Order: sequence, then C-alpha cells, then structure tokens
Amino acid sequence: MNKATIRQILLITDGCSNAGEDPVAMAGLAKEEGFSVNVIGIMDEGDEDERGMTEVEQIAKAGGGMSDVVYAKHLSHTVQMVTRKAMTQTIYGVVNREIQQILGANRQVEDLEPEKREELMEVVDELGETANLDILILVDTSASMKNKIPRVQEALLDLSLSLRSRSGENHFCLYSFPGKREEVERLLSWTPEMDSLKGAFKKLSSSGVTPTGPAIMEAIRVHSKRMKRGFTGDETAYFEESGM
Amino acid sequence: MRQPTSKNQACNFRPGQMIKGRWHGNQYQIVRLLGEGAIGKVYLANRTGQPVAMKVARESMSVSSEVRALRQISKVRGVSLGPFFVDMDDLEGAHGSTSFYVMEYIDGEPFLSFINKRGKEWMALFLIQLLTDLSALHESGWVFGDLKPENLIVTQKTPSLRWIDVGGMTKMGRSIKEYTEFFDRGYWGLGDRKAEPSYDLFAVAMLIMNVGYPKRFQRINGGKKELLDKLKHQPSLSPYRDVIVKAIEHRYDDASQMKVDLMKVMKKKLTVSTPEKMHVRMKPTHKKRAHKRVSNVRMERKYKGTLETAVFSSFLLFLYILYLLG
Repeated sequence: MNKATIRQILLITDGCSNAGEDPVAMAGLAKEEGFSVNVIGIMDEGDEDERGMTEVEQIAKAGGGMSDVVYAKHLSHTVQMVTRKAMTQTIYGVVNREIQQILGANRQVEDLEPEKREELMEVVDELGETANLDILILVDTSASMKNKIPRVQEALLDLSLSLRSRSGENHFCLYSFPGKREEVERLLSWTPEMDSLKGAFKKLSSSGVTPTGPAIMEAIRVHSKRMKRGFTGDETAYFEESGM
Repeated sequence: MRQPTSKNQACNFRPGQMIKGRWHGNQYQIVRLLGEGAIGKVYLANRTGQPVAMKVARESMSVSSEVRALRQISKVRGVSLGPFFVDMDDLEGAHGSTSFYVMEYIDGEPFLSFINKRGKEWMALFLIQLLTDLSALHESGWVFGDLKPENLIVTQKTPSLRWIDVGGMTKMGRSIKEYTEFFDRGYWGLGDRKAEPSYDLFAVAMLIMNVGYPKRFQRINGGKKELLDKLKHQPSLSPYRDVIVKAIEHRYDDASQMKVDLMKVMKKKLTVSTPEKMHVRMKPTHKKRAHKRVSNVRMERKYKGTLETAVFSSFLLFLYILYLLG
C-alpha cells in the first residue's frame, strides 16, 4: 500500500528572535523544501508583545503553515488544533494542485460545485487520518520561557495523545534552542514514542539569545536527512509516496 | 486561530446585506450575528421571509466538512437533534469567494440556563433524549465529538433538546475532530481521542458534572480520583454518581445502556419523592398500558390539589414524553 507522509516543523516560542538568520526567510526555505512550518506563540498574561506576535504570524505564513498565539494555559488544545489544521491544509493543498492539473491552471477546488467539494473533503479527511506524520518540534528555551516549559511538555504529551488516535503512523523529534554549546540542541531523536520526552526538558540552559532562524535551518537539515534516508523522494513537495 | 486578515473580513456581513449564492442563486438577507466559532461566524438571515441560520467560514473546506456531517445526521432515522440542512453556496466578493451554508434556525434557550431556570429534573429528561439520539447516531457509524452545553439548545414551545454545532462530528474509528477540554477524556488522562461511542458517553457524564458545577473546574493533575472527589463534594450529583463513574470508566459500550441506567436513577428519585405506585409506572414492559396508568394516576391526584401534585404531574409529563421517545 502506498502511504503519504506529511512533514511538519512545529515551533513553540514566546517572542522575538535576536540571533542568526531571519526566521521568516528560513521558514520560506523550509516551505520550498517541502516542510510546512507551524508556529505557536505563548503570551504572558497582561503582556501582549505585538512585535513577537507579528513575527509568529510571519514565520507561519512564509512557512506555509498555521499559527496561533495563546496564553500558556491554553497551549495543549491549541497545539493539537494547529497541528491538525495544518495537516488538513497540506493535504488540501496537494489535492488542490492535482485539481489544477486536471482542470487547468486557474481553477481550484473552490471552482468545483459545492456538492463535489463535499466528496473531495471526504478524501482529504481519509488521507489526514491515514497519512504518516513526521513532526519536528522546536522549542524556544530562552530565559523567558523557563516557567512555561512544564506547560510545553504537557501540551506535547497531549499532542501525542491526539496523534496516536489516528490510524497513520507518527514520528516525533525534539530540539531546543538555544542549546548548551550550540545554537540548537537535540533533546530527542526520531521516535514514535512521544512519552519519552518526559524528562527531556530537565537539563536546559538559560540564555538570553533566541536563535529562531538557525533553529529552523537545523530543522530543515534534520528533516531532509530523514527524508533522503528513509524514503525515495519525488517531485510532489509536501507529500511523497513510498512503496510500503 | 489567526488567519490572514483578508479572510477574516470576508466573514463579516452587516445587517440588511443581501447575499446571493453563486451556484444555486438563492437570496438571503442578513438579520444579525448569532455567534462566532472556531471556523467562522453564524448569522440569522431571511430566506423568502423564513428565518434561517447561515454559517460563514474562513475556509471552504470547513463548510464542506460540516455540511457532510449535517447531511449524515439527517440520514439517521428518527434523530431530530441537529438542524436541517438548507443550502450551501459561495459568495463572490472583493476578496475572492467565501463559502457558506444555510440551515434551520433553532430558536431556544441554552441547555444550562434552561436547567437553572426550570429545575434540575429537566436534565435527566434531556439526557435520556440525548442518549436515544446518540445511540442512533453511533449505529450509523458516527460520533458526535464536541458534546458540551454550548452546543445544546432547548427549544421553546415543547421543551426538547437540539444540537446546533456539528463541527466535531467524526466518523467512527477516526480521531476526534474537535473537542472542548472539560468534556474530553484525553484532557483528564482517562482515554484517547478515537471516535467511538464511549468517547461521547464520557462527555455526557461531564455534562452532568457541569450541571453540578456550572462554572466547571480546573484540572490539577487529571485522573479518575480528581473527578470522583469533585463528584463527592457536590451533593446534588449523588443520584448520578454510579452513572457518571461507569461512563468515565468506559464501562458503557453504547448509549442505550447509559440511558437505561439514567432511567433507573429517575425512577429512584420519583420513588423517593412520592412513595408507593411509582414502580408500576416505570416498568418498561407493556408500554401502552403504562401510558394509561400514567394518565389515570394524574387524574386521581388532581383532586388532592397539593403543591406536591403539581411537581409530581410534571414528572409524569416527562415520563409521558419518554414513552413517546420510545
């Protein structure tokens, strides 16, 4: 059976990047490579940082993903919603491109009769349920994030619960930035067992720098490496078939 | 969820605005905004003088997916909980096309506020009605998903329960599309998010908890003990204790089992408030004969003319409705 794999980068941060490459540009690059970048911004109550939140939106937009800005206590629900919506969006995007090829360049799903679209949605839902998902999680662990890390951990465990309820396979890996010695540090390599992240956050460094751009760059590298090793890539960017 | 601003504006209609569908050509006049949800906005609108509800989404795929759920509900025999589907179309605008769908406008009072005003005894009645319909829905291969008081409305004339948001409806075996934390077993660490009957039944149990705790409560660590403690500290929930516990332990395989247990609770409550006689009335066999008894008893008791009778007969009315629901 042929199974599609959806590849996502999930970035969880609380503010502005201040070191290295521009994260918006890096997100654009990720999109070109076939990975969608979804961003969750965490706000402190009573302290809505406009600049940081604009960056969150811009990164997601450039990365072809979804974004949301929430208080830490709403993190769990948001992380799973954003991930889910982004998956549907990715599949929808692929279906849309297929339709353009069949119907001609200027026509999209929206140009189909509403009733036909309904049938199409069934296909999109089915694919979203059965597709494999590779999700690379990038967590901002700069000083201001320190008290939010328990919430982040809780949200990621909750995400894994939602994803495990699908019938497709899921693989996660976890990186934090800034790392102890380098800009980005690996906390967990690819695994289907998200539960192993309990404790992964224990040994974190606190630092004022937030190298979001370099973190996304590392995420692209890690994703690409896995893609080359495990699968025979083809021209469909987000979505590739592997004989299984 | 944050969306590009242009898409957000596309959902904004003003009162009086005329909306004409691109595909089916039906015309609607916007009356007012009814509410705002995760995927878009709901307006009250007029279609040739008839009030209808119009849901406008930021993404056309959400419209397609909800309409599919609405059509599914209408296929389920005997289930009248959901709004009837009327139309689905696109509006051509400056920002491109915007998808919307039109459904029956259900006028009524939100579930919780109705129960607060009219009394807790209504809860069991509505839940039994809800479980009857859930049972039929589950049999058709679907799970409701996002079950919560905000999605339930009590209609005015003859109080009955309807649901107004089908965004969470999920095919059996898939992962739940949409949920609300308090009603989600995953949030409490008491199960996964696979669409199966027991997922909905957990939410029904939390619905009862919500009646006991109108402001809900925060999760501390999650787990069964936390919910059981809450249950213990709200005496008004004690009659429902066993039903709630069974539902959160996933001991009900289908809605009808939970319904039977809830009916037992009601029966017990009635026996307590009015001794003798109630046993006869509740025997589930001989439905027709039981009917007669109900009305006979009502006649007899009327003569006594006490306050108790008034309360009592309203219970009988519920029973009557129950029998009608079958």
